[in-house]
Amino acid sequence: MPNPQLDWNVNQDSAAKPDLVQIKNLYKYFPVRGGVLQRVVAWVQAVDDVSFSIREGETLGLVGESGCGKTTVGRCVLRLIPATKGQVLFNGQDVYKANSRELKALRRNMQIIFQDPFSSLDPRVPIGESVGEGLLVHGMSNSKERFEIVINTLRKVGLEDYHARRYPHEFSGGQRQRIGIARALALRPKFIICDEPVSALDVSIQAQVLNILKELQGEFGLTYLFIAHNLSVVEHISDRVAVMYLGKMVELTTREELYRNPLHPYTLALLSAIPMPDPTLASKRTRLILKGDVPSPLNPPSGCRFHPRCPVALAHCSHQEPRFKEVSPDHWVACWRVE
Amino acid sequence: MALETTQSNGNLLEVRNLKTYFYTEDGIVKAVDGVDFEVKRGEVLGLVGESGCGKSVTSFSIMRLVGVPGKIIEGSILFDGQDLLKLSERAMQHIRGNRIAMIFQQPQSSLNPVFKAGDQIAEVLDIHRSLGKEAGWQRAVELLRMVGIADPGRKAHSFPHEMSGGQAQRVMIAMGLACVPELLLADEPTTALDVTIQAQILDLMRELRTKMQTAIVLITHDLGVVAEMCERVAVMYAGQIVEQTEVKTLFAEPRHPYTQGLIGSIPVLGVVKGKLDVIPGAVPNLINLPVGCRFAPRCRARVQYNLEICAQRLPELRELRSDATPATTHTVRCWLYHHAEGHTAPLAEK
Repeated sequence: MPNPQLDWNVNQDSAAKPDLVQIKNLYKYFPVRGGVLQRVVAWVQAVDDVSFSIREGETLGLVGESGCGKTTVGRCVLRLIPATKGQVLFNGQDVYKANSRELKALRRNMQIIFQDPFSSLDPRVPIGESVGEGLLVHGMSNSKERFEIVINTLRKVGLEDYHARRYPHEFSGGQRQRIGIARALALRPKFIICDEPVSALDVSIQAQVLNILKELQGEFGLTYLFIAHNLSVVEHISDRVAVMYLGKMVELTTREELYRNPLHPYTLALLSAIPMPDPTLASKRTRLILKGDVPSPLNPPSGCRFHPRCPVALAHCSHQEPRFKEVSPDHWVACWRVE
Repeated sequence: MALETTQSNGNLLEVRNLKTYFYTEDGIVKAVDGVDFEVKRGEVLGLVGESGCGKSVTSFSIMRLVGVPGKIIEGSILFDGQDLLKLSERAMQHIRGNRIAMIFQQPQSSLNPVFKAGDQIAEVLDIHRSLGKEAGWQRAVELLRMVGIADPGRKAHSFPHEMSGGQAQRVMIAMGLACVPELLLADEPTTALDVTIQAQILDLMRELRTKMQTAIVLITHDLGVVAEMCERVAVMYAGQIVEQTEVKTLFAEPRHPYTQGLIGSIPVLGVVKGKLDVIPGAVPNLINLPVGCRFAPRCRARVQYNLEICAQRLPELRELRSDATPATTHTVRCWLYHHAEGHTAPLAEK
């Protein structure tokens, strides 16, 4: 339970809020083709039976190391790539059952901010047009009205009016990421997926972008799925945090609980692996250093996927897969140790 | 004589007024513009700063690996009493990889893709120790075992593309440490790696350093890595060092407004900050540097104390206290702490 004495600066009542996005048993396998006939020789199990929901007005952080499937989850939620199996509900409506017209209407409310602000903007179009393109697609043909919204949105992310006529190459990385946010925000969506929005930025710029994201959330009542590999950034911005490992969800709980009482050994290892920018704290804490590398999702280990690297693995971890279940209110974990 | 000074104060490396400029079509990029620092034997010095602050160019300058259009135009780099900038290319080759080694950010692209890991390590030993093929290979396998590669005998036969990022970085470290160098320049050695792998590599570097007594210059943008690894830190901004002190002092009492901003802008695990501190604006263009202090256009303290000198004259990197002993040096490049003609520093101690 959130401690009322601490100002977590988040929606204390987020537990009471209804679910905006529900992901049920999502699978995404990518085929690996080989040979002369380009037959499917193997499957990359990028996302394997992932279920969770995102509550209205909250920020759900999704963390994990490279190749754990966090970005794939984000793209499947928006149906930018089709899921292999599973269900995604947005406001109760099934994203995968929607026809193209319905999907277009849905997408107005679901936007995405990409990691690389350099390659996600069209270099030959002034950024005002890039930001306004979504409005045009969604039927706002009056260019004057459109321009007004664009200018308004640019101001919201801390850019100036004259920037609308400039081209992407004239902007720094931090400014480009603001443009990416403005582009997503122009349609006034309910839900934005932020896919590693600050990992390409320097720390001082990263703070600017994180603050803007938080401010906009308060102002427009946005719901975020915040995907990142940096747990300190995720912990800073999120209300709840989900941890993924090799295509599986291993733990999901509130951020204060995740930091105070991590239950999955992988979460514990992640927490202890993050270098602490405080020499006194850093020298005091105990380090848990995992052995070995992340296995390939092409051929994931049997049973619990974490068992070859797990410091506390039991005998049956190698052949029986733990269920992802709620062990205490709002704390989900998939580990035999907490069964 | 330079030789005597370095021996008396125990400095392995002394960089003095180093300037490395790049002559581009758009103008002269002052990537490193008057950098001074020293590294004691066996010490880990952190060099932190954001992209484009000149930290990597500093390390390339030490190795004399700056290529066209870059040029080291001024300064001296005393390594064990010898000025590296005055050595012949041949003499420099004898130092590079032997007494000073370097590891890079992208381990997989720094290794030669068409040679086996074992051969690449053996090559270093052949050049500097004339070990020959057989003995070199054996030593390479030993080194791979030392850096924690499982089954090193077999792994020595693998090519870089068959290795993960963490393994490739271990191979790079094995190669760097093959000749037991006195100084290791590590340029963002863990930036490209996942956090759990980063923890492994940092742990390995810590262990090897105790074993070999190698001094390390650790170049990074991650203040967390600095706090965990370094004894002293130099903070760089726009081609210059703005603050230099011991790691504990830097985090407990950062003095330069840039350092303060940098520390305030990072989210810390388990510490709840409603809003992160922000350094307004962006890093200046290194071709068109501001007159005066390079941080002045972004500096809140300048506005707060209404300092005019900041926009007019560049502050020097000076000792905070006049009575400082070498063990407690804390140097800052800021007008808040230093008097000058016609300027009284608002925060000067004395």
